[in-house]
Amino acid sequence: MSPARRRVVITGVGVLAPGGVGVKNFWQLLADGRTATRRISLFDPSPFRSQVAAEVDFDPELAGLSPQQVRRMDRAAQFAVVAAREAVADSGLEFAALAAERTGVTIGTAVGATMGLDQEYRTVSDGGRLDLVDHTYAVPHLYGYLVPSSFATEVAWAVGAEGPCTVVSTGCTSGLDAVGHAAQVLREGAAEVMVAGATDAPISPITVACFDAIKATTPRNDDPQHASRPFDASRNGFVLGEGAAVFVLEELTSAQRRGARIYAEVAGHASRSNAFHMTGLRPDGREMAEAIRVALDEARVAGTDVDYINAHGSGTKQNDRHETAAFKRSLGEHAYRTPVSSIKSMVGHSLGAIGSIEIAASVLALTNDVVPPTANLHTADPECDLDYVPLTARDHRVDVVLSVGSGFGGFQSAMVLTDPFRWRA
Amino acid sequence: MSRAVVTGLGVAAPTGLGVERYWAATIAGHRGIRRLTRFDPSSYPAGLAGEIEGFDAAEHLPSRLLPQTDRMTRIALVSADWALADAGVRPEELAEYDGSVITASHSGGFEFGQNELRALWNRGGQYVSAYQSFAWFYAVNSGQISIRNGLRGPCSVVVSDTAGGLDALAQARREIRRGTRLVISGAVDASLCPWGWVAQLAGGRLSTADDPAGAYLPFDARARGHVPGEGGALLVIEDERHAVERSAPRIYGEIAGHASTMDPAPGVDRPPGLRRAIELALDDAGLAPPEIDVVFADAAGLPDLDRAEADAINQVFGAGGVPVTAPKTATGRLYSGAGPLDVAAALLALRDGVIPPTIGSSPAADYALDLVTRTRAVPLRAALVLARGVGGFNSAVVVRPFDPGTDRATRNRVTGTE
Repeated sequence: MSPARRRVVITGVGVLAPGGVGVKNFWQLLADGRTATRRISLFDPSPFRSQVAAEVDFDPELAGLSPQQVRRMDRAAQFAVVAAREAVADSGLEFAALAAERTGVTIGTAVGATMGLDQEYRTVSDGGRLDLVDHTYAVPHLYGYLVPSSFATEVAWAVGAEGPCTVVSTGCTSGLDAVGHAAQVLREGAAEVMVAGATDAPISPITVACFDAIKATTPRNDDPQHASRPFDASRNGFVLGEGAAVFVLEELTSAQRRGARIYAEVAGHASRSNAFHMTGLRPDGREMAEAIRVALDEARVAGTDVDYINAHGSGTKQNDRHETAAFKRSLGEHAYRTPVSSIKSMVGHSLGAIGSIEIAASVLALTNDVVPPTANLHTADPECDLDYVPLTARDHRVDVVLSVGSGFGGFQSAMVLTDPFRWRA
Repeated sequence: MSRAVVTGLGVAAPTGLGVERYWAATIAGHRGIRRLTRFDPSSYPAGLAGEIEGFDAAEHLPSRLLPQTDRMTRIALVSADWALADAGVRPEELAEYDGSVITASHSGGFEFGQNELRALWNRGGQYVSAYQSFAWFYAVNSGQISIRNGLRGPCSVVVSDTAGGLDALAQARREIRRGTRLVISGAVDASLCPWGWVAQLAGGRLSTADDPAGAYLPFDARARGHVPGEGGALLVIEDERHAVERSAPRIYGEIAGHASTMDPAPGVDRPPGLRRAIELALDDAGLAPPEIDVVFADAAGLPDLDRAEADAINQVFGAGGVPVTAPKTATGRLYSGAGPLDVAAALLALRDGVIPPTIGSSPAADYALDLVTRTRAVPLRAALVLARGVGGFNSAVVVRPFDPGTDRATRNRVTGTE
């Protein structure tokens, strides 16, 4: 029915993650199994239950942004633009020579400009005292904070894209879904190049307070470096993170024609909803398993061909058990033979951004034949009985990666990334 | 490729709750814009908005949902119920992953967020609601509608300012082509609270007029900004085969084409992207400009943006070459709800052979548009709906009546001759 399917590949990677700006620093952190979690320094966290986070040491001007860009952009937008520039430079594409009309942007974010909104609210409300907040104190770029599609605009302006541009905001699966969306746009032929990824900078008092209220984040304040403990029996909530990862996506044959470095093929992506609860998960992992099944099917990959699972691994009891069940349900016995790891143990949970940061980790696992570890995993939860690659990275041939995400709203997503040369479906 | 057809409409607009009330008011040219009542606007330079009247969430939703939802989510949940009822669909009868929800958002549950920010900064972190973690975020409407109706298919959320509502419909069509049978899609927005108002004022596009009749006048020499409003529309979009197989009570029409583009960055000397969005959407629908009988304009209500839109329309259709209307002059601009509401209006226009009016505007001659300012009865073959967003977003959707005869397999099924 359909002609030969257009195959979508990643030819450029840009990462801005806790522990170091840039792809190189990011991968070094993961390969070393070091953690970037620490006591929050972006504001005084002492009034809050959870006081740890994985922060990015980021100087926007040093990262190449102009004073005007710094002024008008929320931290999350700054992350996205810097990561997009790195991805484009890495791709070797001459963007000036590209047809702007055939270049698009999809940026994922869960909570948009929450940091800027939190700060600006304090100003216009006089520290929360005014109901009728005072417009005369509002900054001109407040509208860009109000609507997070400003992130897609900033990236489009930075790379000169005039094709289809949007933001995908599906909570904590945004980072997977944004790249999946961009791959669809390419397959449909509505663009030749997509700059896609995700960003979030949620480490602000309002975010910390709202996760405190539902005890989703860890109170392990006395030991920040070891606070993010996915799959460990002693885990007690996730650690908030921040960052961005952005990719250049294009069609395989045109990438080959220009001699591009091809990192990976975005071979399959699917999402399903649990229609169960805005924050709760049923322990059987049913909908995530279905998303995995459909993504594998789209990639024409059998479950038994998966070499590595990049887990959501947030470090909440319900998540770790939910996805362990989903892996067993979708991959059967093969789940027990497959290394599974959570990089959130090292870089925290940056909400909408983390899905793309995990795609970056997956792509680097493919190209390096190394599986990053789950840090801080000493004694696994007895109900989590898979191979979670504790503490140390592992040399392991990786041709097919499954990366999954799970988020508030009930969204469950799965992506299959393959090495298009070593792997033949 | 399977076609995406609209089989149900759920509308919540300042001019009326429910499809037929909205449509009757729209055809009659009733205005839903008034001085804000939700809060006292007298300290702000702008004070007019399109507020929804008479919406009591407790009449429609279980009480446990009320403390965890922003106003826009409550309106969205009820609009989704109406759309499903209109389509004659009982979601529990769908196979497990056959239905999904794909909405657009503009600013999330902003009023809910304001209340929690106030609690945080005025009283302390321990007073922040346990629901804040999801009640304000952009994905909330898709999540809540999915949960309420047991829809487990591929749900999503897009944000592209005021253009996002049309992009959501395009994403729904994309998922239908990938195998989902039914999608609730569109958008409902509301951020008529002081904090939302201040953020919108910062955007510099709000009309500061006091007179509701003279505040939002797109394509008029007196244009001086827009009036915002709340509401929007949720549509039931189905795979045509599914709609036909289940004998859907009605098929309003087909989402036949879509395209989205971005304007060049400031200072880049290249043409704006709206014309390209129109041409690509027509191509996608397989229609030539003369086959479009009405354009629902974005109608920004600011001279330079009105000029850019008129130029794009005239470049494609010729000066005055197609009737153009902006029924949103009656409701105000509903942010991401605007596009889906215009698509609903366009489908009703196709059904009834009538173009709803642009109210208030006296079209300036130099725009060279055939602006429909009085309800016009005329047979319509296809409609083009446009939406633009702050930051350069352009989106265009083409709708036309569903014609089973244009696809042999479907025709055979309809006529039972297979």
